[in-house]
Amino acid sequence: MLRHAAFTNIWLAAALVVPQLLLVFIFFYWPTGEALYWAFTLEQPFGGSNQWVGWLNFATVFKDPKYWNSVQVSIIFAAATTAIIISVSLSLALLVDRRLPGHQIYSFAYFIPYAMAAPAAGLAFRFIFSPNAGFVAAINNWFPNIWNPATDGFDAMVLVVLCQAWKSIGYNFVFFLAALQSIPRPLTEASAMDGAGAMRRMWDIQVPLVMPTLFFLLIINLTDSFVDSFGIIDITTHGGPARATDLMVYKIYFDGFKAQDYSLAAAESIVLMLLVIVLTFIQFRFVERRVHYA
Amino acid sequence: MNRILIAAASLGALALAAAPAHAERIKFDFWYGNTGAIAEVVQKHCDLFNQSQDKYEAVCTGQGGYDKAEQNTIAAYRAKQQPTIVQIYDAGTVNFMLSDAIIPAVQFAKDHGMNVAWDSYFGGIKNYYATSKGEMWSFPYNSSTAMFYWNKDVWAKIGKTEAPKTWSEYAADLKAMKAAGVSCGLALDYDTWTALEQFSASNDLPIATMNNGYDGLGAELLFNKTAYVDHMKDYKSWLDSGYAELHTEQTGKDIDQAFADGTCASIFESIADFRNFKKTATGFNWGVAMLPLLDGKERKNTLVGGASLWVMKGKTDQEYEAATAFLNYATAADTGQKYIVENTGYIPVRADGLDLLNKEGFYQKPENAGRELAIASLTASNGTPVTRGIRLGNYTSIRKALKSELEAAFAGQKDVQVAIDDAVTTGNEILRRYEQTFQGAQLP
Repeated sequence: MLRHAAFTNIWLAAALVVPQLLLVFIFFYWPTGEALYWAFTLEQPFGGSNQWVGWLNFATVFKDPKYWNSVQVSIIFAAATTAIIISVSLSLALLVDRRLPGHQIYSFAYFIPYAMAAPAAGLAFRFIFSPNAGFVAAINNWFPNIWNPATDGFDAMVLVVLCQAWKSIGYNFVFFLAALQSIPRPLTEASAMDGAGAMRRMWDIQVPLVMPTLFFLLIINLTDSFVDSFGIIDITTHGGPARATDLMVYKIYFDGFKAQDYSLAAAESIVLMLLVIVLTFIQFRFVERRVHYA
Repeated sequence: MNRILIAAASLGALALAAAPAHAERIKFDFWYGNTGAIAEVVQKHCDLFNQSQDKYEAVCTGQGGYDKAEQNTIAAYRAKQQPTIVQIYDAGTVNFMLSDAIIPAVQFAKDHGMNVAWDSYFGGIKNYYATSKGEMWSFPYNSSTAMFYWNKDVWAKIGKTEAPKTWSEYAADLKAMKAAGVSCGLALDYDTWTALEQFSASNDLPIATMNNGYDGLGAELLFNKTAYVDHMKDYKSWLDSGYAELHTEQTGKDIDQAFADGTCASIFESIADFRNFKKTATGFNWGVAMLPLLDGKERKNTLVGGASLWVMKGKTDQEYEAATAFLNYATAADTGQKYIVENTGYIPVRADGLDLLNKEGFYQKPENAGRELAIASLTASNGTPVTRGIRLGNYTSIRKALKSELEAAFAGQKDVQVAIDDAVTTGNEILRRYEQTFQGAQLP
């Protein structure tokens, strides 16, 4: 007897799998293939003739100091947002998990920001943090010129990091809360009876037990901040001032859609894709070893 | 008997139903890039055209921005779904000229029996949309140019009733206003259209070699070696001395809002916004003037802004027939130019439009005072080799590169000259890449 379930009707199996494969092909492999082809040619905006140029587009990308600036900015953005998102959402989940009165209201409130579209969040942040008219403008009254994301690159980066973090914390919070709630109560109760305080229980029992979730969220957040941060940048800073928030994904958008340099944007997309793959690989190879799946 | 009656009646009904189908209008697609209030004006222009006759129907679709109109047209052309007519902004002109996807306006007019007086287009407008040989490849639709908007009440505080004529006079005015307690004399953003392009044209300064690119794709940027650099140094010193303030979307209000609510006493902005300011800047007296000039310079024509109408290849004869009717309607003095001028801040594009408006006393009306200066600015000269326009590939990216460098320079991270040199280096790389992409192609 087979130890695992198997289809005897291979055609039925194929028919069931095909729609899924087709979707993946149409929405991933086909465009990626097209981008790969464009990355090795010089494509005119309206089509027409395109010529094979080998590695020229990649050479253009790599020898451009502004591209390396983009890479650096993207890495800072990804690291900062991920650190903030994970630490804040885990803390919130740990607190809500203590089930103090009214905790349902908190879980609801924390999740709401995720339901907001990135451009809407960006617009709200732009207004709130605008140096002259915004809510935060008050700080400039006490310390003149301390906050101005329109001219100060660091402030602009803080603004987009906060915006991306604010938007994603709710999503991460739900995952952490679910993970915490799946920890058997007797474990925490037993340690409480042994005299461990709330902080000790969190640190020694709960956090280690949600490590698989934390690892999953780490990868999702890093990937997200590399590929899904376009909307916020486009509304708040347009990559400025002086390219201080010119994330790789925004540069791809600008070069491809605004400047109609499809080949350069294609090469940049391929580089970004490889970078995300490498980062994910590194995490699975080295970070995951420290994660114990229950 | 009854049956025969019913049959006859139903036949009659069928014939009735078929009749309108017989007279069905020929439809064609027109895409435009304007947004907001101006988009409504364009949409209404289509409705008026559709009501004016019963043979053709323009199906007009806003694309949500000039850049989107270009992007969407390119995507649509690649999918063979392009519109018959599309409105494209100044920066898209080179792409469309090299695209092989359009029918040049002169060619289209000849093939479809349009009687267009090409020479009656104002020089500053004509040259921009014309090839190096002077043939117009698109139909100017909504044309503008840059003007100086000034708050007369603030200028009165320093005892002046006239707008400054030169940049040095303007600098002195800003200084006097600061001394008189005016907190912001000029609202600036990093826009290059007024600061680089219009400034260079009015003073007859080149932006790039080969006559700003008109003579070929091999042009190189030059603006790091012209008076533009000193002009930007002036901007920087005005910012540092508190004569001027930066106003962008990111700071909370853009320059238009900063001028309209009285925060800043002057701005450089398109004449297209004139009517908006009539509605928003109501708390003080203001006027428009031509851009100041450098000392000792003779005024040359400024460049046209706005957009023009391009005819795309690959449509049916019927669609072209309908497009011809629309183009005739939309460029005529009364149904076209007058309509646009009366409902927006744009200017007439041909002499016949201006004549008609003059005859009706349009520019004598107090609410339009000053708008005629935009025409005077555009026609100040007949187009020197470097005031015809700017024909540089991927100019959108060049503007962005310059803007990024100015952000660094105005924030004090870089010397102004170094920043502009860097922008030129980046811009030349962009131009070489564009030249290579269109290897073998000739600019018409």
